[in-house]
Amino acid sequence: METETTVTWHVACQVSDIPEDGGGCALIDGKQIAIFNFARRGEWYATDNECPHRQQMAVARGMIGSQDGEPKVACPFHKKTFSLQTGHCLNDDAYQIKTFPVMVKENLVYIGI
Amino acid sequence: MKQELEIRIVVIGNGMVGFKFCEKLLSKRKEGQNIALTVFGEEPRVAYDRVHLSELFAGKSADDLTLAKEEWYTDNGITLYLSDPVVDIDRDSKLVRSHHGHVVHYDYLVMATGSGAFVPTIPGVEKDGVFVYRTIEDLELIQTYARKAKRGAVIGGGLLGLEAAKALLDLGLQEAHVVEFASRLMPRQIDDAGSRMLQNQLESLGLHIHLSKNTQEIKGGDCIEGMQFADQSFLEVDMLVISAGIRPRDELAKIAGLETHPRGGIVVNNQLQTSDPFIFAIGECALAHHMIYGLIAPGYEMADVVATQITGGEKEFLPFDMSTKLKLIGTDVASFGDPFIEEPACTTVRYENKAKGIYKRINVSLDGKSLLGGILVGDAEQYNMLLQTCKNKTILPPDSEDLILGSRGGEETGAGVMSFPDDALICSCEAVTKGMICQEVNEKGHRNIEAIKKSCKAGTGCGGCIPMVKDIIAGTLKLNGVYIRNVVCEHFDYSRQELLDLVKMNGLKTYNTVLDTFGKGDGCETCKPLVASLLASLWNENILQKDRAPIQDSNDRFLANIQKGGTYSVVPRIPGGEITPEKLIVIGQVAQKYGMYTKITGGQRIDMFGAHLGDLPLIWEELIGAGFESGHAYGKSLRTVKSCVGSTWCRFGVQDSVSFAIEVENRYKGLRSPHKLKSAVSGCIRECAEAQSKDFGIIATEKGWNLYVCGNGGSKPQHAQLLATDVDKETCLRLIDRFLMFYIKTADPLTRTATWLNKMEGGLSYLKAVVVDDVLSIAAELESELQQLIDVYQCEWKEVVESPELRKRFSHFVNTPAKDPSVQFEEMREQKRAKEWV
Repeated sequence: METETTVTWHVACQVSDIPEDGGGCALIDGKQIAIFNFARRGEWYATDNECPHRQQMAVARGMIGSQDGEPKVACPFHKKTFSLQTGHCLNDDAYQIKTFPVMVKENLVYIGI
Repeated sequence: MKQELEIRIVVIGNGMVGFKFCEKLLSKRKEGQNIALTVFGEEPRVAYDRVHLSELFAGKSADDLTLAKEEWYTDNGITLYLSDPVVDIDRDSKLVRSHHGHVVHYDYLVMATGSGAFVPTIPGVEKDGVFVYRTIEDLELIQTYARKAKRGAVIGGGLLGLEAAKALLDLGLQEAHVVEFASRLMPRQIDDAGSRMLQNQLESLGLHIHLSKNTQEIKGGDCIEGMQFADQSFLEVDMLVISAGIRPRDELAKIAGLETHPRGGIVVNNQLQTSDPFIFAIGECALAHHMIYGLIAPGYEMADVVATQITGGEKEFLPFDMSTKLKLIGTDVASFGDPFIEEPACTTVRYENKAKGIYKRINVSLDGKSLLGGILVGDAEQYNMLLQTCKNKTILPPDSEDLILGSRGGEETGAGVMSFPDDALICSCEAVTKGMICQEVNEKGHRNIEAIKKSCKAGTGCGGCIPMVKDIIAGTLKLNGVYIRNVVCEHFDYSRQELLDLVKMNGLKTYNTVLDTFGKGDGCETCKPLVASLLASLWNENILQKDRAPIQDSNDRFLANIQKGGTYSVVPRIPGGEITPEKLIVIGQVAQKYGMYTKITGGQRIDMFGAHLGDLPLIWEELIGAGFESGHAYGKSLRTVKSCVGSTWCRFGVQDSVSFAIEVENRYKGLRSPHKLKSAVSGCIRECAEAQSKDFGIIATEKGWNLYVCGNGGSKPQHAQLLATDVDKETCLRLIDRFLMFYIKTADPLTRTATWLNKMEGGLSYLKAVVVDDVLSIAAELESELQQLIDVYQCEWKEVVESPELRKRFSHFVNTPAKDPSVQFEEMREQKRAKEWV
């Protein structure tokens, strides 16, 4: 059974603040959120900015891509690679990051927390 | 209520073998088998890797050597008592008593008490400054004492003794001596000639070696001051490590009335049972087949034999092959099969190369068909192959010397590893055979070494078998018709070279056009930087423009090197290492202003660490204002051209090496390549700039310059090789142009020039034919392609500083100018360092 949670939408930034097919980090309520504009796929994603491997705040600076069609991001430090859909680490089962819903409306990017 | 049958097992000893026994027991435990396992360890630590003890002096911590954390024992329901040796075994009541008074009943008792250092009875052995080399605690004592010592010696020229001697050198002692009773080093593993070769190698590293020396007395007051030998000679030392062999720890077994050997060791049968069938002995405390097996692989095998029997299986311990390969202070030493068998019982083939420090010997059966044993010193690359050939009695090629010399001309010798039978033992630490690895590949679909390590543990022990495991994986896949093509990744079905040609012919300049035209999917962290590098090597446009910023790897993405904590380091170019006092002052001022840690690099420049992402454009604005350019320390591109001061100041210099180094560095700066490029120019034959360790190095001669190529420092050092002699500057540059462009166009991704050359068919003579003699008639094209890149060079940092659009991306947050609040520094020697990560 899934429990219902209410999501609060926060304005993170403008669309142009995040490079196409790249990421940027927004500070929301004291939390660092990595936001990705996956322009190739026409999709937006948001995750923790902290990589759990060495607790480094750098996921937003990682390269994005896909593995068997699943969108992913690689931490720039040691290339731990996370699914942008589930946050699951694809090359080390021990790690997991959080993902957040993203909404783009009137040129603004909103993150649901 | 159902009564579950519980087997109570007590293990005495928590060393490597005791630990392996626990691991094996857990994995072999069958459904419904309830095991109560209690482990007593004498040392205060959980089991650690004693084989690699010396690495403590090479920067590893005690934790790095730990085999399992204490939680592992708890999680697996094992009761572990540390610092608590067993003092009494009551065999009638089947219980043990420990030093701290714990009483535990057993159904089976496993003695894995290991061995202690054998200390000969020499007068004075009790003095301060005399140590043994056995545990982490021993090493800590040695480390502390070494701080005030200048001259140290080791008694024992075996494996452990030589390791200990190296440790003394590592600890900063001015002199390290090795004293061996026998007439050669490592008498049990190698013969006289091999030992002499090893001795030469070790002496060239600064070790003093004394053979046929019998230590009569250790002299001094409370502390050791010297060693008196039986031949009346005397050696002044202020510390001594005794490493003259091991003594099995059988004292508890003796008290318990178990049969022990007069020269030490608990006697066991093929089931590894002691004279009490409920008590087993494994590892270095056990005497099996009339010998003590002082290596880790047979110890692990013993653990397996006992664990198998206790969990209801059947297994015997058979005489174990004692072939070994080790790296002694950087020198390979290996022996296998019967290394010492002599003519006329066999035919011996020997190869000796004093200049390279290599000695090889193989003993071949008289009919020339099988390999009986051998010795390798200085180069043991063929060890695994030879060992398997020996063990499996593989039929030898007609010219058996090909085994150690390689086939000279013609085809490869034999069918390699795939010709071994399925039961050939490949990983002796984990007892994995070739057949098991093939099965992993065929049935479970594992296709790389990581997957194999995870699933069957092959290669996880000493790691010596990894190259063979890789060959078996590749060979098995090939048999299945899987052709291993070196393609980029799942998104591009081309090799780097193919892709480079395609991108060039089609004039593509962005990642998305390349992916749309020649790839599929959305790209990844492998193909993105690779394509980025191709685009830069072809067009040399700013790497952050168009869609190229987010395809750059971690460092290129922000034109700086990402460091622990997420800050960056900044390296301005200082061509040839020449810098004016004014510019030095600017670097100091900038570093001070932005709070950066400064350090001189190995390439004669200055690195500033700890820059926040948002500060990078400001820092570079100031540096560029003072006339600096990007140093490309972050790129797979030309780094530095190191120089010695040369004929302008040096009394030996024959040419102006600094001027030439500056010219070379300015010519090739910003050139993107498959991997980083380093260079150097030396002003004379003394080679102070170390040009022969670079991708391309230049050394002045009386008549001009010698050009060397494909050298490498780093993890696999290799000397550069001579490409051209006594050429003038213009010729030298022209040859470098061709060499670099040929490398850029043909090398695999992330392959340094040294590896590129090693893989090149025809090697240096082919490279010479292409670059110097132009046999392919491509020299003019290579030169003009390189000239185009030089012509469009721009300092990429200058372009960023001047572009508001590019500058905007240099901010940690997109919604506030704040810096990353999680960045933390620690104080160190009046500067700062990154906070250690967990």
